[in-house]
Amino acid sequence: MNYWPLLGIALVVLGFALRLNPMLVVTAAAIATGLLAGMDPVAVISIFGKAFNDNRIIAIVWVVLPVIGLLERHGLQQQAARVIRRLRRATTGRLLVLYLLYRQVTAAIGLHSTAGHPQTVRPLVAPMALAAAEKEHGPLDEETSERVKAMSAGTDNVGLFFGEDIFFAIGSIVLIQQTLVTYGYSLAPLELALWAIPSAIVAFLIHGTRLLLLDRSLARRAPSTSFAGPPPRSGEEPS
Amino acid sequence: MITLHWLYTLAGAMFAAFALLSAIDRSNPKRFGNAAFWGLMALSLLAGDYIGNFGNGLLVLGLAGLAGFGFIGRSHPRTTTEPERERWSERLGNRLFLPALIIPATALIGTLIYNYTPVGSFGWIEPKRETYMFLAVGVLLALATIFAWLRPPAIAPLQEGRRLIDAIGWAAVLPQMLAALGVLFAAAGVGEIIGYATQSVIPAGSVFLTVVVFGIGMALFTMIMGNAFAAFPVMAAAIGVPLLVRLYGGDPAVVGAVGMLAGFCGTLMTPMAANFNIVPAALLELKNQYGVIKAQIPTAIPLLIANILILYFGAFM
Repeated sequence: MNYWPLLGIALVVLGFALRLNPMLVVTAAAIATGLLAGMDPVAVISIFGKAFNDNRIIAIVWVVLPVIGLLERHGLQQQAARVIRRLRRATTGRLLVLYLLYRQVTAAIGLHSTAGHPQTVRPLVAPMALAAAEKEHGPLDEETSERVKAMSAGTDNVGLFFGEDIFFAIGSIVLIQQTLVTYGYSLAPLELALWAIPSAIVAFLIHGTRLLLLDRSLARRAPSTSFAGPPPRSGEEPS
Repeated sequence: MITLHWLYTLAGAMFAAFALLSAIDRSNPKRFGNAAFWGLMALSLLAGDYIGNFGNGLLVLGLAGLAGFGFIGRSHPRTTTEPERERWSERLGNRLFLPALIIPATALIGTLIYNYTPVGSFGWIEPKRETYMFLAVGVLLALATIFAWLRPPAIAPLQEGRRLIDAIGWAAVLPQMLAALGVLFAAAGVGEIIGYATQSVIPAGSVFLTVVVFGIGMALFTMIMGNAFAAFPVMAAAIGVPLLVRLYGGDPAVVGAVGMLAGFCGTLMTPMAANFNIVPAALLELKNQYGVIKAQIPTAIPLLIANILILYFGAFM
């Protein structure tokens, strides 16, 4: 067996670890993998180009940007934060648990493309999570706000991945079914979808717990500025 | 029939406008690099089917070169200031959410009506792509609403869109590049090699350890390929079907379904899944481009362990 194509994987790992520009890393790895597998350069570039062209559907989601940008221009993020400041019981963790549940449930009924990072996380979820943290704990330092934003994005991913497979007409279920059929196992999509439910529940419990623990660690981070009311407009830096 | 090409044309026109506006933006010292980069994206979306595979390959090399050698820079199109935005939000209040909700609501209601009423049987839309169509319809409806209501300058949606796409930068194209890399990995036989290597580390006779290797193998191979779809057929061929199902008599539905989900735990931990892990870091303007992955690892690892246990008890008990 020709093990040389594995060098392409090593290139990817090395490139990402050294934080080289991923566009270059991916291109170099693709070309190296093809050449090491014995293809000629023109064939390698053609396969790469065809695959890029076949995956253009990935680029379609960017058509939401003009709408999101226009709404940001008119204060959407500020309004999202304002709403959260008014809700007395809202905390970052509770808010994200609700979003996790929403994302899992909508994905489970086949509506996985209705939310996502450009459509919902940047304009709504992340500003709300940040506002909730500021309301509870005063102004955030950069490290903390990075963490809250990263958890907002992570919550979207966990909700999507561990919700979508409960919907039987999704790509991954079709793929499992098609793969197993070639070995003579004919399964109903519903049978596969049912077995996604235990993992979905565990995902909710694990990630939900982490989100509620996030509230606690936010409180520990800024104990001196922790209070129930809205944050002072010109508050001191948190310790 | 409305096909994906309608959407490619819409997105292509948008990227073409970004390219033009980039070219005339004198405030950005790298304006021609940005113009070339978004121009190539527009070319791909508008004419990708007419320039041949090799032509597309050269286009991708162009994108990678522009991004990789620092020819693109972030622009700062004129927008409203923070105090202006506070005033807008005070004035408009919660009505601001309505246009934002038009997009998901249109996608949701459109998809439901198309799939669960006789409307779908007319075959107006390319099968399985209806949600994307309704997403685009939602975008157009939201734009129309905002224009009727707030009357922004005509160029504003494109300039605001360009502000966001420049904040994301090359990360907007990376997911497509990684999908293409996965295809090349497959063509070079990486899957067979990995499958062969995984088989060789399995201890004979232990059902539990075989399940463990299958689950961890799914996660690791998914991390390498960037998505579980590429990993599943390989791991199913190497371990799932011959060992877990045939030799040990496991339930194929559990092995398939939960095996895939073990792979999804890998997706949470890899920069190769750029659209989930790298793009949001750019979108949320995080300093650490691996910040989202860092936040997900403590969920992913216990969840992987849980999936391995679910697979073991579900398939064999």
